[in-house]
Amino acid sequence: MATKTFSVAKLPGFTTTAILVFIILYLPILTLVAYSFNASQSVAIWGGFSLDWYVKAWNNDAVKDATVRSLLIAVCAAVISTAVATMAALGTTRRKAFKGQTFIYVMINQPLMVPEIVTAVSLLILFGMVKQATGIQGIGYVIFAHSAFCIPFAYLPIRARLEGMDLTLETAAADLYATPWQTFRHVTLPILLPGVIAGAMLAFVISLDDVVITEFTKSGGQDTLPTYMLGQMRRQLTPEINAISSMLLALTVVLLTAFFLLTRKND
Amino acid sequence: MSVAEKAQEAQSVRNGWLLSTPALIILTLFAVGPLMIVVVYSFLAPGQYGNVEWKLSLDGWRGILWTKDIFDDTYGLADANVTIFWRSVKLSILTTLLTFAVGFPTAWFIATRPAKSRALWLFLITIPFWTNLLIRTYAINEVIRNEGLLNTVLIKLGVISEPLRIIYTDTAVFIGMAYVYLPLMVLPLFAAIDRFDMKLLEAGYDLYASRMQVLRRVILPIVKPGIIAGSILVFVPSLGAYVTPRVLGGGKQMMIGNFIDLQFGQGRNWPLGAALSLTLLIIVTGALLIYVKYANRDVSNGH
Repeated sequence: MATKTFSVAKLPGFTTTAILVFIILYLPILTLVAYSFNASQSVAIWGGFSLDWYVKAWNNDAVKDATVRSLLIAVCAAVISTAVATMAALGTTRRKAFKGQTFIYVMINQPLMVPEIVTAVSLLILFGMVKQATGIQGIGYVIFAHSAFCIPFAYLPIRARLEGMDLTLETAAADLYATPWQTFRHVTLPILLPGVIAGAMLAFVISLDDVVITEFTKSGGQDTLPTYMLGQMRRQLTPEINAISSMLLALTVVLLTAFFLLTRKND
Repeated sequence: MSVAEKAQEAQSVRNGWLLSTPALIILTLFAVGPLMIVVVYSFLAPGQYGNVEWKLSLDGWRGILWTKDIFDDTYGLADANVTIFWRSVKLSILTTLLTFAVGFPTAWFIATRPAKSRALWLFLITIPFWTNLLIRTYAINEVIRNEGLLNTVLIKLGVISEPLRIIYTDTAVFIGMAYVYLPLMVLPLFAAIDRFDMKLLEAGYDLYASRMQVLRRVILPIVKPGIIAGSILVFVPSLGAYVTPRVLGGGKQMMIGNFIDLQFGQGRNWPLGAALSLTLLIIVTGALLIYVKYANRDVSNGH
């Protein structure tokens, strides 16, 4: 249309503000990524393109160690939280609302409501007591802590999937003399699977990104990538941090894109 | 209801509980249970080298706001603590206001895009939401540092000759929190605006309302639930923020979260740390309860 029309949905300055917001939202992240390719030692002066900092990060044993630990924790936490969240989602949907269901909801969503620092401190105290009483060290503490706060993130997409599910399919299976287990294995689970994968991916990302709870529950020498970075930030900054951040960022974006494609297809 | 139906229903409830049990056990052991220990600890005396002495004491709770005079044992207001509380509340409110001021136009912009590009814009808001908070804080640090992007550009342009000292100030923490929590404001606002019937705007304009009047009298009242949800979602994590003030405040511009951390570290006052944690938890729960009350009232009013 050549003539200027009066658009009802347009409000003065809104579009400009929104575009500015998107620029401000991405500019710092893009700067961070750009400087990871900086040849210069400084994080302030551009010295040409180079992959040195990635090589350096790759050859840094502390980084390698922290990466492996981060992945190990995230995989374990995602598996545990998704397994129990799937069961809980099956238990709290598709049946008549029962007494105590609200209690279960509140329990599952509790990690979303309590400030992270409070959970972190409470686990610090608890694990301190357990470590002193049993003498058991190890990465298990961090894994269990992560499994707990990942449960709501795994639960929500699975529950959403279950609520949108057609109950008649299971009834049909039962009518055809399938045992409850066969019905679950061959009917419920395949339909549920995208929700389970989505839940597991969210749990994985949430675990991978955690700083506060890990910082308080880890023992000495148990740095994950985020806690390692937090420690480095107190010291001299080099583009190595940018390189590590960029890699972590890339991993998150890939997982999120997959998550969105996975959940969108089923709308 | 027949006996068989009743038995079937009881069985169904039992299965519901049984299936939820593993999740409940993990949450009890590693989320809810530890909070009970914090309650106990807040009523004990501090140990000399950290941890606690198993001796009943109210000093932890008293220490939140009061401090004992070392000379005459009288209690006076602890100025340092009041400063930290005030900073936390002030910065959290400012963060909520700023994110709303820029988040509302952004949410409106996304909601009024054509259906096809809307998903993309929404995705662009969601990516920062899910990316590592530490990385985003570090990214903002790169911009506002003394030798950061902002100062470099401003000096090159000749706007300033000396770098602006933003880093390690309240302003830095404020900018950082607004930056990292902005998506939490935009997403619920978008959800509310998305349900908004644009025909109401036509009706407003037909009745000779100005743009500002339409915004104030038609749009804002209807999207209020989204505004409340967004404000809570930003205010709550701001108040409990730990990483952002630590990285951008440089250890001096402490907020409640860092103050709690201090008690378990150098401060060696675990009962005070426990009492502070519970105080934070109580404030946050209060904010959430207000939200639930509002949300339910709006539902029962038929909005």
